[in-house]
Amino acid sequence: MALDSKVPKGPIKDKWTTYKDKINLVNPANKRHIDVIVVGTGLAGGSAAATLAELGYNVKAFAYQDSPRRAHSIAAQGGINAAKNYQGDGDSTYRLFYDTVKGGDYRSREANVYRLAEVSANIIDQCVAQGVPFARDYGGLLDNRSFGGVLVSRTFYAKGQTGQQLLLGAYSAMNRQIARGKIEMYNRHEMLDVVVVDGKARGIIARNLVTGEIERHSAHAVVIASGGYGNVYFLSTNAMGSNATAAWKIHKKGAYFANPCYTQIHPTCIPRSGDYQSKLTLMSESLRNDGRIWVPKHMDDVMAIREGRKKPTDLSEDERDYYLERRYPAFGNLVPRDVASRAAKERCDAGYGVNATGEAVYLDFASAIERYGKEQAKIHNIKDASKAKITELGEKIVEAKYGNLFQMYEKIVDENPYKTPMMIYPATHYTMGGVWVDYNLMTTIPGCYCIGEANFSDHGANRLGASALMQGLADGYFVLPYTIGDYLADDIRTGKISTETKEFDEAEKAVKDRIDFFINNNGTKSVDHFHKRLGKVMWDKVGMARNEQGLKEAMAEIKQIREEFWKEVKVPGGASEMNPELEKAGRVADFLELGELFAKDALMREESCGGHFREESVEESGEQKGEAKRNDQDFAFVAAWEYKGEPADAVLHKEQLEFKDIELKQRSYK
Amino acid sequence: MNLTLKIWRQKDSNTKGQMVDYKVNDISEHMSFLEMMDVLNEQLVNSGEEPVAFDHDCREGICGMCSLYINGEAHGPDRGVTTCQLHMRMFNDGDTITIEPWRATAFPVIKDLVVDRTAFERIQQAGGYISVNTSGNTQDANAIPISKEAADEAMDAATCIGCGACVASCKNSSAMLFVGAKVSQYALLPQGQVEATERVLNMVKQMDEEGFGNCTNTGACEVECPKGISLENIARMNREYLKASLKG
Repeated sequence: MALDSKVPKGPIKDKWTTYKDKINLVNPANKRHIDVIVVGTGLAGGSAAATLAELGYNVKAFAYQDSPRRAHSIAAQGGINAAKNYQGDGDSTYRLFYDTVKGGDYRSREANVYRLAEVSANIIDQCVAQGVPFARDYGGLLDNRSFGGVLVSRTFYAKGQTGQQLLLGAYSAMNRQIARGKIEMYNRHEMLDVVVVDGKARGIIARNLVTGEIERHSAHAVVIASGGYGNVYFLSTNAMGSNATAAWKIHKKGAYFANPCYTQIHPTCIPRSGDYQSKLTLMSESLRNDGRIWVPKHMDDVMAIREGRKKPTDLSEDERDYYLERRYPAFGNLVPRDVASRAAKERCDAGYGVNATGEAVYLDFASAIERYGKEQAKIHNIKDASKAKITELGEKIVEAKYGNLFQMYEKIVDENPYKTPMMIYPATHYTMGGVWVDYNLMTTIPGCYCIGEANFSDHGANRLGASALMQGLADGYFVLPYTIGDYLADDIRTGKISTETKEFDEAEKAVKDRIDFFINNNGTKSVDHFHKRLGKVMWDKVGMARNEQGLKEAMAEIKQIREEFWKEVKVPGGASEMNPELEKAGRVADFLELGELFAKDALMREESCGGHFREESVEESGEQKGEAKRNDQDFAFVAAWEYKGEPADAVLHKEQLEFKDIELKQRSYK
Repeated sequence: MNLTLKIWRQKDSNTKGQMVDYKVNDISEHMSFLEMMDVLNEQLVNSGEEPVAFDHDCREGICGMCSLYINGEAHGPDRGVTTCQLHMRMFNDGDTITIEPWRATAFPVIKDLVVDRTAFERIQQAGGYISVNTSGNTQDANAIPISKEAADEAMDAATCIGCGACVASCKNSSAMLFVGAKVSQYALLPQGQVEATERVLNMVKQMDEEGFGNCTNTGACEVECPKGISLENIARMNREYLKASLKG
């Protein structure tokens, strides 16, 4: 099947408007007869469910948590981008579009990104109308901060809890529709397969996680909004339950999976402390507005710090290597995430890591505290303020900006980041790859849509900070509710979809058989045992730097772990009850397939772009020596994989990327 | 460190539960409390026993899923943290730790340490929203200036994670801190004024119907709240409720 992105014709700035004007609509009386299933209730799924219900469709929404409000969008800290230009610093729709395409290392679809930038301003209006308490300045207007990879301040925020507030906004919109009976909410339910009838997605099979009951749900369209697959690494900043199952199930039923190797390793996370570690905690990128990243210049200082003979605060300015400021003077500490992560790895691989594991660098707020302190002394007209007074005043400002993050750090690490620099290290955070969708956000299964982090479309090979929230809400509030109408317009006479058909029988049987297998297998090793082994292979060989040999080994090793898993996995408890081990087993089984496809995709892509860094592809001379080298000649395409049984047998389909409005350039932040 | 754990085990909502003793050894002080529970569960799985079911998800203190009552305190002995952020450095070698689910009539036990908090959902559905559709035509976000003070106060109330520690800590199993926080967020913002009367009446009515107790101002909820939600929110809700009742 040839991939058709269905991007409308015409100039980029008119595409979306013209398209909306001509798209098919479903009249309000007919919407009542149309059912839509939404899987996942984060920013994308929650906003889509609420908006579709407002429009009049009957929505069934599914979440594995006990409430839609707990989806992992809630953990997003820093902010949400929008081209409002409230700061008058030269921002515009075009500039947001340009920054996002450049930040994504020219591997995203231009038309989708432009649309995203176009609707971004509306998201802020919508959220304020819903009562989202964004940060404001003393004049009562909305405040902004700056994020990595851009030269303007366009990020709106609510302390370090922006994701929480935006999700509670979408959740409140859902609640209004639940109360009106337009959304039927299925909490503690997990989708375990999609049902395809006559080539169209017509329902799902879900497990009630409290009773273990397997349920059939039909609809005229199915929307997957189940988030990313970062937990394929076992350790990531994702929630413990975050999983790829819904996305992987539709892949196995015909949805192509695009660019799985594009994964974001976030530069500022709390370093791991031991083998028992269950997850990694992110420290918002917004900290890089005021924090300076460094390691000691001299190896003897590194050793002294590791052995506890010296403290970081003992080192003078010229004994420190602010390596981001040194390597990238134009963007300094605010280079994009992929660049910052690789730079940290480079220093730690060279032996300059500052903790016992050798995998940590400093994020230091001393300069910011002093700068703010002096500013405050001036504002409050305090003459000849002592150093202690300046520090006190400065710490107050830093606390107001990042207080909850500093508190979180102190609770986890047991050190006071106001007094001593934080230690940070990169960790898996976000997956730019995902289910392939066209301009309508429809997958290669007709009637099956994919939105938010679960799809691949807007971030190319690297996502800029504060853009995930923007994309989730853009898809759910402003894009899908339009585009889905074009498809559903043909379904106004279809009537209710029956669940008593052979397609539902077969899908349900496959789900039940797999559950029975897990319960009866009586192996010798726990699910986590296999998940941790998979994670280690992924991190070591498919992590921040990849090469041909390592990727080939990874594919073979993952296959072997998978085979062992199906022989040796042990799941205690029964099928007809709440059984967290059974839930994990199903998810890890899918990760064990996805991981291999991930490595295969990384092996195929013999270039470095964004979060995907191939050691064989670096600039060898000139100003950019040692930086990632992209190959536009051969790799300016989306890699969409078709399922053919074993992950290794997946078939590659290419969507060639055309850049008509942006010139492809080496991404320089120097 | 080596620890003895006394944990509430209950097969399902229809079966009677009991406390069961377990031992875990070599626990690092750097572990989080839930990582210690992971160690116990791995131990149980390997010996063929059913692991202890407990709610958890983000493990960074924001989703509100985790909900353990540890040594008689919601989210354990530390302040300003959820169970997932509680670290084992708060305990000593040889300690016995008692772990129970939230205890409240309105939060029935589903299994072991997992409780049903859907009562909170129904309270929110009764009015915890502003009735505005997603049209793309809402007025500009800066059209109504909101004083920094009001915005910050609304944010402080909105920071509630809906974990239910307030209910679990209250001798009356009152949900007034939770409901007060939501009512306050909207009461403090101009967008919330239009529906203020109906909102507070409906949410309080639903709260009462769910079987939560009343507030007797002991302040235990505020002490145990991982997000530091202030008692002022209860006072504000009471004022809003009185105002709304007078309006009829």
